[in-house]
Amino acid sequence: MAKPAVLTHPESLKRPAGPSEYAKDPVNAALSKAEKIALYTKMARIRHFEQRCIRIYQQGKIGGFLHLYVGQEAVAAGTISLLGKNDHLITGYRDHGHGLMVGMGMNECMAELTGRVTGCSQGKGGSMHYFAPDKNYWGGHGIVGGQAPLGTGLAYAVKYMGLKGSCLVYMGDGAVNQGAVHEAYNLASLWDLPVIFVVENNGYSMGTSQERSTAHPGCLAKRAEGYNMAWDVINGHDVYEVRAKTAIALKRAHEESKPTVLEIFTYRYFGHSMADPDKTYRDKEEIKEYRERKDPVLAFEQELLREKILTPELSQKINEEAMAEADKAAIFADESPDPTVADITKHIYWEEDNRGPKTTSRGTIIFE
Amino acid sequence: MAVISYREALRAAMREELKRDDKVVIMGEEVAQFNGAYKVTEGLLKEFGPKRIVDTPISEAGFIGLGIGASMLGIRPVMELMFWSFSYVAFDQIVNNAGNIRYMSGGLINCPIVIRGPGNGGTNVGATHSHTPEAILASHPGIKVVCPATPYDAKGLLKAAIRDNDPVYVMENTILYNDKGEVPEEDYIVPLGVADVKRIGTDLTIVAHGRAVITSLKAAEILEQEHGVSVEVVDLRSIRPLDEETILTSVRKTHRALLVEENKPFCGVDAQIAYLIQSKAFDELDAPIHRVSSIDAPQIYCKRMEDHQLPDVNRVVREALKVLA
Ligand SMILES: Cc1ncc(C[n+]2csc(CCOP(=O)(O)OP(=O)(O)O)c2C)c(N)n1
Ligand SMILES: [Mg+2]
Repeated sequence: MAKPAVLTHPESLKRPAGPSEYAKDPVNAALSKAEKIALYTKMARIRHFEQRCIRIYQQGKIGGFLHLYVGQEAVAAGTISLLGKNDHLITGYRDHGHGLMVGMGMNECMAELTGRVTGCSQGKGGSMHYFAPDKNYWGGHGIVGGQAPLGTGLAYAVKYMGLKGSCLVYMGDGAVNQGAVHEAYNLASLWDLPVIFVVENNGYSMGTSQERSTAHPGCLAKRAEGYNMAWDVINGHDVYEVRAKTAIALKRAHEESKPTVLEIFTYRYFGHSMADPDKTYRDKEEIKEYRERKDPVLAFEQELLREKILTPELSQKINEEAMAEADKAAIFADESPDPTVADITKHIYWEEDNRGPKTTSRGTIIFE
Repeated sequence: MAVISYREALRAAMREELKRDDKVVIMGEEVAQFNGAYKVTEGLLKEFGPKRIVDTPISEAGFIGLGIGASMLGIRPVMELMFWSFSYVAFDQIVNNAGNIRYMSGGLINCPIVIRGPGNGGTNVGATHSHTPEAILASHPGIKVVCPATPYDAKGLLKAAIRDNDPVYVMENTILYNDKGEVPEEDYIVPLGVADVKRIGTDLTIVAHGRAVITSLKAAEILEQEHGVSVEVVDLRSIRPLDEETILTSVRKTHRALLVEENKPFCGVDAQIAYLIQSKAFDELDAPIHRVSSIDAPQIYCKRMEDHQLPDVNRVVREALKVLA
């Protein structure tokens, strides 16, 4: 039986980009001018940070894998802009955008990429493993789907402590085929946990399109029905739509302590990681089409220009400042020292890092 | 001092810690309504209610990962695995997440989780249910592993594990669950990383952990009665951290070492102990170190042969006599 290739996309995604029909949604109408400009600024900062990373990677200063968020900015920006004190988040390895959104500095983020001790994880995590628990950001995880049970556990803890909060668990369209994700779905629904699973569907898991990875031809979010969970699909090129629909899921988490699966359609402009030559699995035309017609940062800029909140001059200033900030971060990363040899064996055990009169454990724990 | 079983000692540890700290939760398959697959958690649901004692679906990766996530926010989950063999479907969570997150976050996060359950062969249940993963897991920095052999140690180590701020994996033994021993009713812990000399001797040191300690103690008795040799038995109790000093002190006294474990030989815990002794006490040795471990094959089902596959008293005695020859 031939598999229908058509996926269930949100209506708004099928129309050419234009004014957002979600501009007047209460969560967006409630934003002040300054808040809208701040949201745009954050999206622009992610874009420029990532683009600066490319150059540093090409200079050979960033090791290992580097997964860029360019094209997907509205997903992190829209969802995270709604979060409050008891809302937590966790994601996979494409984690820079989320980090900048929760308020991590470009310096610590850039220095982590180049393995410096001034990095957010002191050079021990790298691109795929950003963490900022003080900002409710629990990583940055390198194993596809492995973060899903963790995020479910964060939501469990929030509920256990009697707090009105949630955990947003981000993953890709490839991750939904991992067993751990399905175990997490079932637990979240079975135990009424305030989780929002955010599937950032950029169409590909590395070089494998959704049609080639997933048996069911419908949208990925629909799998929620198998777990008695609510779900929705979102046009991830429109930050207003992301906010409007995420707000509903957040309310469900906060008021009813129920989970949701949100599938947010988005697109990445660069290869899966910098190691991907991006030549075999998609057309240049397709990339061009998204870049030119659906770019989330440009779309929001246009939106704010139409709303007369942004002027071309202000936009230029915001973008220049973001670029300058990324440049400075690059210098900071360059000038920062490496961790020392002694640092290699620190931060393995809490009890060793915090030895004191109350420590009871003894014996050898780091071996020669 | 009350005489209670290893099973009751584990339960007492959990009861006391549940009372002491309301962040402690017990989770696992059949731990609540069913009263535990091995009745270790019997009565806890009745006493503490369903918020603290939680039945999970059969989703080891899911619920253990959930526990690890919750521990990052300060909950102290004590997860029961029906068998440590089942940890293999949750290996990513147990190793990559619990073991690495502190490191990868540059010390910003810690995971105070306990995972406990039986990790042993000898129960006639075949290869998939008889794994002893203490060496595999202890080979990962970031993880702690303990293997109690007696009721006293079971209670003290589990309490220490629950209070510890790192992931601690407690490997029990179904064959020991009914063993009885003296256990204090008052609060105590057995610190991680402290071995215990279970029998004092002068001619030979046997180093063992888990049920191999019990086997070794029986062998030591025979060696004394029938062969007139005085054997010291060192119970590691904790695999990582490891009490190297107690091992070395004993070997420096007896000058001979036999290492006994129920693991398979390749890269077993005793491979590490043998390296330790030769690197730090080589000149003290009057004979090569010998090992007794399980016969190197997947666990055989046939009960008679499984008993043969595992280290038994006769094999320990025979091997000891070789070291002493
Ligand atoms: C368990 C596991 N298998 C394979 C990989 C290698 N890998 C990293 S990302 C990736 C593709 C994932 O795609 P998707 O979930 O769609 O997320 P995206 O990269 O598009 O954001 C693969 C195969 C991995 N990191 N972990
Ligand atoms: Mg993808």
